[in-house]
Amino acid sequence: MLIFASLLQNLLFTPSRNGKIRLLVDQFRTVPDPERGLALAAITRELDIPSVKPALLRELVSGRVDEELFRLSYDYVGDLAETIALIWPVPGGEREGRNDAPTLSEVVDELLAASRREGPALVEGWLDRLDASGRYALIKLVTGGFRIGVSARLAKQALAEFGQVPVEEIEELWHGLEPPYQSLFAWLEGAAGKPVSAALAPFRPVMLSHPVEDADFSKLNAADFAGEWKWDGIRVQATVDNGVKRLYSRTGDDISGAFPDLVDALSFEGTVDGELLIARPLADASGIEIGTFSDLQQRLNRKRLTARILKDHPAFLRIYDVLVEGSEDLRPLPFRERRTRLERLAGTFDPRRFDLSPLLDFSTWDDLAAHRAEPPLPMIEGVMIKRWEAPYLAGRPRGEWFKWKRDPFLIDAVLLYAQRGHGKRSGFYSDYTFGVWREEDGVRELVPVGKAYFGFTDEELKKIDRYVRNNTIERFGPVRSVRAEPDKGLVLEVAFEGVNRSTRHKSGVAMRFPRISRLRWDKPPAEADTLEAVEALIPGPAIDA
Amino acid sequence: MAPRFEDLLHPRPEGLYCPPGDFYIDPVRPVATALITHGHADHARAGHDHVMATRQTLDIMAIRYGADHARTTQVAAYGEETRIGDVTVRFHPAGHVLGSAQIAVEWQGMRIVASGDYKPRPDPTCATFEPVPCDVFITEATFALPVFRHPEAASEIARLLASLRRNPDRAHMVGAYSLGKAQRVIRLLRDAGYSEPIYIHGALEKLCTYYQSQGIELGELKPATIANGEKGQFAGAVVLGPPSAFGEAWVRRFPEPLISFASGWMSIRQRARQRGVELPLIISDHADWDELIETIERISPQEVWVTHGREEALVRWCAMNDITARPLHMVGYEDEAE
Repeated sequence: MLIFASLLQNLLFTPSRNGKIRLLVDQFRTVPDPERGLALAAITRELDIPSVKPALLRELVSGRVDEELFRLSYDYVGDLAETIALIWPVPGGEREGRNDAPTLSEVVDELLAASRREGPALVEGWLDRLDASGRYALIKLVTGGFRIGVSARLAKQALAEFGQVPVEEIEELWHGLEPPYQSLFAWLEGAAGKPVSAALAPFRPVMLSHPVEDADFSKLNAADFAGEWKWDGIRVQATVDNGVKRLYSRTGDDISGAFPDLVDALSFEGTVDGELLIARPLADASGIEIGTFSDLQQRLNRKRLTARILKDHPAFLRIYDVLVEGSEDLRPLPFRERRTRLERLAGTFDPRRFDLSPLLDFSTWDDLAAHRAEPPLPMIEGVMIKRWEAPYLAGRPRGEWFKWKRDPFLIDAVLLYAQRGHGKRSGFYSDYTFGVWREEDGVRELVPVGKAYFGFTDEELKKIDRYVRNNTIERFGPVRSVRAEPDKGLVLEVAFEGVNRSTRHKSGVAMRFPRISRLRWDKPPAEADTLEAVEALIPGPAIDA
Repeated sequence: MAPRFEDLLHPRPEGLYCPPGDFYIDPVRPVATALITHGHADHARAGHDHVMATRQTLDIMAIRYGADHARTTQVAAYGEETRIGDVTVRFHPAGHVLGSAQIAVEWQGMRIVASGDYKPRPDPTCATFEPVPCDVFITEATFALPVFRHPEAASEIARLLASLRRNPDRAHMVGAYSLGKAQRVIRLLRDAGYSEPIYIHGALEKLCTYYQSQGIELGELKPATIANGEKGQFAGAVVLGPPSAFGEAWVRRFPEPLISFASGWMSIRQRARQRGVELPLIISDHADWDELIETIERISPQEVWVTHGREEALVRWCAMNDITARPLHMVGYEDEAE
């Protein structure tokens, strides 16, 4: 546990990617099995241990620490796990704990053997035996969220470096392997042959794009490229291998469990690449209608999938590439040929669950720009540009695929409330609720339409903070309401990706991904936008949320 | 009417004021008579008419502000009684930095101790904190949250030495406040057996020299300036500078600088990351939470007054333990630089 705690601590404080990889490689080299493999599994979140809920940890700590002192501490520290790790009172008053805690593998074994009721008591016992950094590692381990800036991809890169093999080999193998990965380490150390991927339906590393720069267009010949819509759903890979069906996220996480309706409908042998969307059959059964992003959100982060959710928000796959057909690997083929193969294959798909992402008709970049400016659906966030001759390459190869995103929406809104931030912003008013004008029966008033807490520089944050303090009307706990009158107030230019109806907000609208794009110190609030202008951006008919 | 504690000391915008002695403790604005607990800039300011402090605090003020920082000065020796007006005043070691003192004031049978900043644990660079029985204990609250429990400084120094062994190609840039923290870190390194020259930023030089003149051994110190072609000598070296220097080009001149920072704030991960610190060292010259409450329990005063920092939590703890406590809402004292 101590080795793992120190690895976490070092990873957290090492800013550079290469530095993190070095730390992981060191760990693989110096720590024996199964400890190194378990640490790897914990970091890549492949460790399936019965988790202990943060609320439960909070309960444990509230038995030992005054509620008010805990609240003040949490408010200051900003992170629940860290607050608990630091505040945990060690019995006997030993300043640093005794640090005779078991190893990571002992912790994992005991947790796996424990019942749901026994788990918390085990954790409590270990917390008493660790120091602050050990407690932090343990809490992160059992609650399952690390936030240490290490992605599964980075861990795989470290493995590749450790064994001097291409990272794609690790990615392809990954899903056939189980913690603590002894066979993988043995191969990487040269002590054994490459493990045979026992698992059917493995993940294939995906191909990613670069944002297109204005200067690129003069260098690229439009005839060499295909154009497609860039869908604002979730990039997924669907694969069927001898009847085993899986759905992967673009980073290789198996997300089949969240979309059983779509997985069941997979009816071909092979691997396709596409965008997961929500689509409902039209009333006259003539086709489907693509749902909005908020529909998609209804399906995400759900603990339980009810029959109603599955029926009202059916998952749908809009396919744009094929990687494997039957047992034939199509990835070396140029996109042009893969597309032809895909179109042929598409005839076998269930049209209620699958279709092809259409190609855009264009002969010049200006034609494509016109498409980009007028997307037919709100679920489109721009266009994709793909070289006809490009094979399907893992990673983000240069010059093959480009994304050309739509410009964000902008409105001018007025600052209404400010809330103190957490963690490193705990001294600042850094969360802003903003509003626009609504006119009803001749009365003009500001109604809140959203909240933003980034998009500004540290300098700007200080200025807004000062403004909030000097223009406070009322205080409610950590929130202040600020002056917002036609001739006195702060106008914020807010950028966002879209807007939907919402019954949760007073104004009836909810913005997607709002952030502050500019501070309009110069603009009087009277000239800020109206709710009407915001509502005009809502796509399609109203949807019950 | 019987005198109240507030008649002996109470906060004013200038600082803590003592009417029967007509003086201030650590005033933030120029006053006629100032009693100064220690040499940190937010407690010891230039421009008072008459200043009373320990010999070392007066020396430090003269180093920082020039010998003419006050019209007249008066040395207070630890434990020695002095009459000022109707009040008896005594200075006691506070264990914060060299020369730091708590100030005890007595009048009409009441005793109030203003502790300034303090830490109870031993520090090889200054006299050890001495608990003084009193009716009112005025305490700081810089680290007054139960999340602050500073580890042993020696174990933090051991982490610095381990990092030096692991990264022999990188200059270890240690941020440390120029009065007290820097000298303590150097001395702790020496006590841990580190005998290489330690490089110091120009801003630390005078105070390090002064500490050495007071008998505190710091070993071989060299200026952290890079002559042409000598960058290589800083690989694997320890370089100390004040926190303010870390935002400047100075740091980047060193080979693969590894940023470290010695401060009580470093126990909060977000704080450390926000400053871009790669090696946080939790070394503080203030009492941590356990030490604050142990000190209050040990002195067991009738009342606790809380000056600057996280007053709310300490006042809450006192209430839970049936100790009368109130925040003084003093302004002008920094806690960020610690």
